Amino acid sequence: MRSLSEIDTVSKRSSRAAGYSWGIAEEIGKNIRLLEIFSLPGIKNLNSFFRKKKELRLENINIIKQDNEADKNEYCPIIAGVNFLDQIKNLETLNEITFKKVSYPLLFLPFVSRASEVIGKRILLKMDDREFLLNFNNNIYSNYTKNEIIESAENIYLKVLENRDSFEEKEWNELYKLSEETFVEENDSLKESGAGAGLTDND
Amino acid sequence: MVQFLQRNEPMNIHLRDPNVVMKLSRLGSFHQSKLSFLRSFLKEFKDWEYKRDLFELNEHGYGTAVYSFKKKKRVYSLICFANELDENERSDRVIATKWDAAFTLFDGVPLKQDIERLQKEVPRQEFGRLSYKELTLSRANKSVRVFNHVVERLSEGKQPDNDLITSVGYLYRTTAVYGSGKFGLADRFRIKDREEIYGPFRLEMMLVYLVRQFTFDQVNHVAKSKNPKKAVNLDINICKSLGIGNSTGLGMAPFIVNHPTLLNNWISARETALKKIREIKIISENDKNLFLKCLKKSLKNITSWNTESEYQINKIKSLLKDLNEFILYLDNDFSFNQDYAFNELYLYLEKEYCEECIEYVVSMMMEPYDDITSPLIKEMSSEEEKYFNIPTERTVEELKVILEKKYPDILTIDFNKNENNLNFWFISKNKEEPRLANRFDEVGAELEQPLAIARDIKKLYELLSVTKNSWTIAKFLATNNELRHVVRRAFIVEKFPYSEIQDNTIGQKIMPIDMLRLKLSFFGALKFDPRSDKWLRICMFQGAPLPEQLKNYDEHWIYN
Repeated sequence: MRSLSEIDTVSKRSSRAAGYSWGIAEEIGKNIRLLEIFSLPGIKNLNSFFRKKKELRLENINIIKQDNEADKNEYCPIIAGVNFLDQIKNLETLNEITFKKVSYPLLFLPFVSRASEVIGKRILLKMDDREFLLNFNNNIYSNYTKNEIIESAENIYLKVLENRDSFEEKEWNELYKLSEETFVEENDSLKESGAGAGLTDND
Repeated sequence: MVQFLQRNEPMNIHLRDPNVVMKLSRLGSFHQSKLSFLRSFLKEFKDWEYKRDLFELNEHGYGTAVYSFKKKKRVYSLICFANELDENERSDRVIATKWDAAFTLFDGVPLKQDIERLQKEVPRQEFGRLSYKELTLSRANKSVRVFNHVVERLSEGKQPDNDLITSVGYLYRTTAVYGSGKFGLADRFRIKDREEIYGPFRLEMMLVYLVRQFTFDQVNHVAKSKNPKKAVNLDINICKSLGIGNSTGLGMAPFIVNHPTLLNNWISARETALKKIREIKIISENDKNLFLKCLKKSLKNITSWNTESEYQINKIKSLLKDLNEFILYLDNDFSFNQDYAFNELYLYLEKEYCEECIEYVVSMMMEPYDDITSPLIKEMSSEEEKYFNIPTERTVEELKVILEKKYPDILTIDFNKNENNLNFWFISKNKEEPRLANRFDEVGAELEQPLAIARDIKKLYELLSVTKNSWTIAKFLATNNELRHVVRRAFIVEKFPYSEIQDNTIGQKIMPIDMLRLKLSFFGALKFDPRSDKWLRICMFQGAPLPEQLKNYDEHWIYN
């Protein structure tokens, strides 16, 4: 089995050999490592991407907008991803972002996962019919578990999810009430000697 | 300034300027200290139970051995494979493919199947495959001259010639020690939360330390097999005086560039220790005596320092001259009965002596102060991933200010001059090892590794200077990703002042061994012996207690 350190190093070096700058190659090394940690086929997709990259004639996107559509060919997942990550603080306010025609979209995914950590919000990513919930770069919840190469996505939809509870207030209250059963009732003298007792809060 | 302070006012010494400390000539003058990894390793593992679990060697010393350190449920086992090696095949070069012995540190107690699996893989080193159960990997060659001499003498019932032992200092030389996921070894994340390995390179140190014991057991075994009736064991004190040699080439140099926060934490620990020692108002009699004792006894390590390198001979001569003068000054003209005596001493050193001597004495100053150094040792690792993301919401103006503040000398270098842009770092195809070459004479400069940090920082600064100050880094990077790697570094150095070498690593005057010496001094190596400007030999654990002596050992063994 290859170690994550080997995966990182080989992905970085091969990315440089494929024409990316060292700084971007470093990002790719970390990203492929991330995909492999989450049991997603990073090496498989990167290898296939580099094999076909020249003939794909990919388009680069520098400034990301709400809706992004490549002119003739597909977007490069690396350049789109790195700019998405770099610009996430501005993009966060757009709430929903779409990309049409992205090559090897799985290579775009780890940039979004890392962006989720940067802004401290979950991001929902739909890659045609595949869904991924990116949770602060800690884990990825998905309906996609195949170990396969995804050569392109017609539509990528991203939604920045507000930090909201996943439960009803009623459910919380019920649980809180139960937790109270671990507390002990204080007597009066203990109440008077607690932190802040005897002080004037207006001094 | 001491003279302006009230008697009870605490002294506040500033940490030394990174623009002074992080110059290569200064870093290349560092020496071992209490912070060094081999010394902190011994301290951490002194209470562990040491055992030789397996020793199946034939009469020539070939076969398998296992050594372990154990505490509660945790066990680390060194598995040794000693092989017959044709004289013509013995090479210390990293490009060698066979060695006298190969080793791996196994996580736990190896089963028979593990040993059988590893027997096929470990001797092949870079061409073998290890697993997450193995932590470190190495190989070593005999100093045939010393090993054979020792076997001969022991088999005759005599001890070896002291002069030979002293002049070489080891029976075996390792040529590389690998860890952290190389060749399938366990990734660091699997083990980083274990308290006993807080502090860098602990398991690499363990491997080397146990290999040293194997070399003694092997030499005794071969001598005994040769003459069972007459042979004696190598005297314990001679064993103690032997270490493990190591040949180190350029492979180490990029490491300190590629791990900026780790480098910062090593240097920062040293600088913080020095600052705290300089801030001590009253030096106790005991502390003074220990400092003087270590300093004076340590001269033995310099006078027995053998090298054929003219460069190093001159450095040693000048160091010895300075130290002798300095000791005379301490004995005759300096009083420790003054406030902040170590600060006074440090200021005197900076005024009077060379960098090699200054840094030597700085290491010595730490000897009495376990309470200062011990907590710092735990801070010497780094979670590098945490600082990987670039804060792209920051502005071009902010980045420019960082460069001006953190790289003042680098920004004055003219990289249009060939002498400042003479070399390039690359990875050799045949062994995947870093190398340095002249870009105007050799081919391959287009495959340059990102280690010309000074040049790229200067490029970045020039580009930022013609960019709108108000732009965010995200906007700047959208069209300037060629310099992304140094943008990341600039934001790292903003937080970690000692993370960057403040010198040109591709210039005509570069001495790559300065980079090696920096790293090896933190390992705790002694007697740097440069064989060229690109590789050197060192000795590790020379004078160190043997495993059976660890429970009650003198922490200042290195000066005995």
